[in-house]
Amino acid sequence: MKSLLEKLRDGKVLVSDGAWGTFLHEKGLKPGDCPELWNITRRADVLDIALRYIEAGADMIETNSFGGSRFKLEHFGLADKTVELNREAAAISREAAGPDRFVLGSIGPTGKMLMMGETTEEELGEVFAEQAVALEQGGADACCIETFSAIDEAVCAVKAARKNTRLEVICTFTFDRTVTGEYRTMMGVSPADMAAALVDAGAQIIGTNCGNGFERMIDIVKEIRAACPGMPVLVHANAGLPEVCDGRVRFPESPSYMAGMVPGLIRAGANIVGGCCGTTPAHIKEIRAAMRTNEAKRNLWHT
Amino acid sequence: MNPLLEKIALCVERGKVNMKSPYPPDLKGQEGADELAKRALDEGLSAKSILSEGLMVGMQKIGVKFRDNKVFVPDVLMAAKAMNAAMEHLKPYFASGEVQRKGTIIMGTVKGDLHDIGKKLVSMIFEGGGWEVIDLGVDVPAEKFLKALQERPTAAVGMSALLTTTMINMESIVREIKKTYPHVKVMVGGAPLTQDFAVKIGADAYSPDPQGALDYLNATLAA
Repeated sequence: MKSLLEKLRDGKVLVSDGAWGTFLHEKGLKPGDCPELWNITRRADVLDIALRYIEAGADMIETNSFGGSRFKLEHFGLADKTVELNREAAAISREAAGPDRFVLGSIGPTGKMLMMGETTEEELGEVFAEQAVALEQGGADACCIETFSAIDEAVCAVKAARKNTRLEVICTFTFDRTVTGEYRTMMGVSPADMAAALVDAGAQIIGTNCGNGFERMIDIVKEIRAACPGMPVLVHANAGLPEVCDGRVRFPESPSYMAGMVPGLIRAGANIVGGCCGTTPAHIKEIRAAMRTNEAKRNLWHT
Repeated sequence: MNPLLEKIALCVERGKVNMKSPYPPDLKGQEGADELAKRALDEGLSAKSILSEGLMVGMQKIGVKFRDNKVFVPDVLMAAKAMNAAMEHLKPYFASGEVQRKGTIIMGTVKGDLHDIGKKLVSMIFEGGGWEVIDLGVDVPAEKFLKALQERPTAAVGMSALLTTTMINMESIVREIKKTYPHVKVMVGGAPLTQDFAVKIGADAYSPDPQGALDYLNATLAA
């Protein structure tokens, strides 16, 4: 089977999955519980999430390992289970994906800041390498280093994954819109800054995730595309900003609304489209359908 | 204003910690907040003036720039680092009571949420605004806020959440606090929050940025 990068090189626009975190909470994960622990204690529930996204038509699914770095698991006293929880995360998604879909091992930020001296590049490199290697051992095809805001930390993660695994390396940042209408991460990084640094570090697919909904993602993709015409771009968008309604959190953007944004996203230059917080299998299903009707607009990013 | 105090304010605003610090590059090799605060004391300037006309002025400027998205998290962290370096020299004056803070605020990221940076940032702006901050850390349950209030019943409370799944926990914590300490002001903040949410859960104030929260504290609670 062709690798993810090879498929993209053929000019195919692919569909990724939707949210895991909000889905886990729906299945009973309590705030303060460790989501990654479910990979061994509630395996069937985690597998069900992966299967639901495959059924919805996703070409690839992520893994339940966003907070699976040793530094994050330490908060739960689970640092010694780092390898096991990540390996199992990838194994579950592999089981759901089968041989024909891709598994993207999710790697989130550690929560430690290099500039404040809370960790060192060397230590970060080891922590990210440990997680990436375990995800590869569990059967991941690629890793998705996501929701980053600081270039230094993301570069450590990308380099660690490239150096220690054969995974294809995706890295996405989360941008906010400033009062003057520019896009920056909370650390002040622009989409163009991100793109240059990640390409330099060896990332093979770059992009953006989380954020304030689908519409703004189009602007961000345009900026990334302008900075790096030759890189494949992945988008995992939130279903808008969460609202609280009767003590429950709901995300405003419906599956059909999000699907309506797909042509714009593809025109802006996205090669992979999926969801982040608040998106569900229903969103992915509609995105898949929108993609079919837009198949003519193939995205030949490599030309 | 005294030029030395002006310089201290500038060092805080620019995040110039001390002579050794290479940051920011254009001030390399120059004295930072650390050396200047010490010199100011040696020259007979009062600790109070160093705080209110130096450190607080610099932090106010960075807080406003952060609110207006002119600077970002790293700039505020560096400013706070410079402020803290100068603050070290003022510690004896706080201890002796010669310099008074405006009041105390108890800060914490709510139960179930492990995100530290936002709360830390707001704490730094509060400290830079002349307030004493008691930081309870992350994953803080109602009991811990109540215990801290027992020791400081006149304090205000600041609560943070980054996740949609944990912001919900704020409601019961606010309720618990108000049950025992109906007069204590509770402020909430964090990426997914809105003014509307703050009102719904019974909090007294919400701000999308640290400077707005400080303005609220100064307006409603300053001694």
